[in-house]
Amino acid sequence: MTNPLSRALQSLGAPVTNALIKLGFACRFLVSVLKVSPFALCRFSLTMREIWFAGVLSVLIIVVSGLFVGMVLALQGYETLVRFGASSSLGVLVALSLVRELGPVIGALLFASRAGSAITAEIGLMKATEQLSAMEMMAVNPVARVVAPKFWGGVISMPLLAALFSAMGIFGGYLVGVQLLGLDAGSFWSQMQSAVDFRLDVVNGVIKSVCFGFAVSLIAVFEGYDAPPTAEGVSGATTRTVVTSALVILGLDVLLTAFMFRGI
Amino acid sequence: MVVFDDVSFGYGEQPVLRDLSLRIDRGQVVAIMGGSGSGKTTLLKLIGGQLRARTGRVLVDGDDVGTMNETTLYGMRRKLGMLFQFGALFTDLSVYDNVAFPLRERGKLPESVVRDLVLMKLHAVGLRGAAQLMPAELSGGMARRVALARAIALDPAIMLYDEPFTGLDPISLGVTGQLIRELNDALGGASIVVTHDVAESLAIVDYVYFLADGAVVAQGTPDEVRASTHPFVKQFINAEPDGPVPFHRDAEPYATALNLERP
Ligand SMILES: Nc1ncnc2c1ncn2[C@@H]1O[C@H](COP(=O)(O)OP(=O)(O)O)[C@@H](O)[C@H]1O
Ligand SMILES: [Mg+2]
Repeated sequence: MTNPLSRALQSLGAPVTNALIKLGFACRFLVSVLKVSPFALCRFSLTMREIWFAGVLSVLIIVVSGLFVGMVLALQGYETLVRFGASSSLGVLVALSLVRELGPVIGALLFASRAGSAITAEIGLMKATEQLSAMEMMAVNPVARVVAPKFWGGVISMPLLAALFSAMGIFGGYLVGVQLLGLDAGSFWSQMQSAVDFRLDVVNGVIKSVCFGFAVSLIAVFEGYDAPPTAEGVSGATTRTVVTSALVILGLDVLLTAFMFRGI
Repeated sequence: MVVFDDVSFGYGEQPVLRDLSLRIDRGQVVAIMGGSGSGKTTLLKLIGGQLRARTGRVLVDGDDVGTMNETTLYGMRRKLGMLFQFGALFTDLSVYDNVAFPLRERGKLPESVVRDLVLMKLHAVGLRGAAQLMPAELSGGMARRVALARAIALDPAIMLYDEPFTGLDPISLGVTGQLIRELNDALGGASIVVTHDVAESLAIVDYVYFLADGAVVAQGTPDEVRASTHPFVKQFINAEPDGPVPFHRDAEPYATALNLERP
């Protein structure tokens, strides 16, 4: 009992079991969301509204961040490539980094902090003010009416936002590479076109962003629905959405990249 | 229509309801009175199936709420209307859309019928003029009246009112009381009114249960209640601070808590 090692193991127990229990709840919650999804998707106007809030309202931050990231990539890449006399491959470098990796990952991170936190806060507050209870008592299932549309709104928005991020990034790379550093526009675009593979690069990037969209949306709606119905409860849940999403996105990214590009 | 049969319930260790039995018949408006924290809201949630009894049964229209699965539970709730203690209006919808919500979600009614019904219900609570406001622009009492309009939108057979009179001015109070009575008589259902408002509720109800410590301590018709010599009932009706109901929740002696006295 007094052995420090066994005490260390003991203190590990509760957080681990709590985390596992929460994971279990999240999985059951996912099942209940999926069960009511046909109903929710049939009334597509509900999901459209959520695509507006989660997706369309995130467009500005995605566009601006994409531009900046693409510009930085071009500036940094140019420095290195010019040493090997390969500056004409700048377009390839920018496009591959964005389409394979940065578009889905940074897009998802931004999406989690911009839209995910808002989804959690909204559902958590609806719970705290008994709006979800009121819906239940009107025989309207709040998971079908509120949660599922938000979930699908996020899942649908995420790949589109990631694609927009990549496109803006490539445009930013073009601005820096061609307009600022004076590379030849023709070779910038044509090298990019021949080196970027649709199946290997673009499709894999889209698969990543779909996975991230699924994960972030699930975390956001679950944390909101699971939040204690108090002010601290909702604020804690909002923070957890952003932190957990970031970790899950980066972890999933390692896994997916290993499967896709190393063929493990 | 609603029967509690030896129901016990607690959120944690502490029991909230102990072996509670009561019944509400068709056509009746019944008041449930008790101090705050005596378990009145809990009782309504047991009827709606949002909480389940530890022991005993809650019957709604003859069916045991505790054993229902999700589908039958939602079916049963179609008979219910509930006014929440704090209104619980949907903050992202206008007053009009709040009242229209149950009509649009549950009845497949054409929009013109929805409009007429919404305006009728809002008119009944005197807030037709507030239809285009958002819930954030309403006072507490107005929000509660909108919530009432929403709860009665589908004319449910069983109405549950959680403190419908709190925060209302004397005029709306009288109107709301009459509305509850008339609605019940028109629909031939049953209504349960959880309240502290003795005068208003005795004027409209058929029967009163007094709740203390999670059990029924007294009951009777309004006339019996007014004539009652039961110490609890007298204390409640005459608003006396001393009597069987302590004003203070159990705590250490006041003087000890303020360090004026050694325990
Ligand atoms: N969600 C909850 N978790 C734990 N205890 C609760 C909860 N809701 C109510 N209680 C406790 O149950 C008792 C009865 O509460 P409630 O039914 O809301 O009383 P009221 O008669 O004022 O409506 C109170 O003592 C309260 O502290
Ligand atoms: Mg209450």
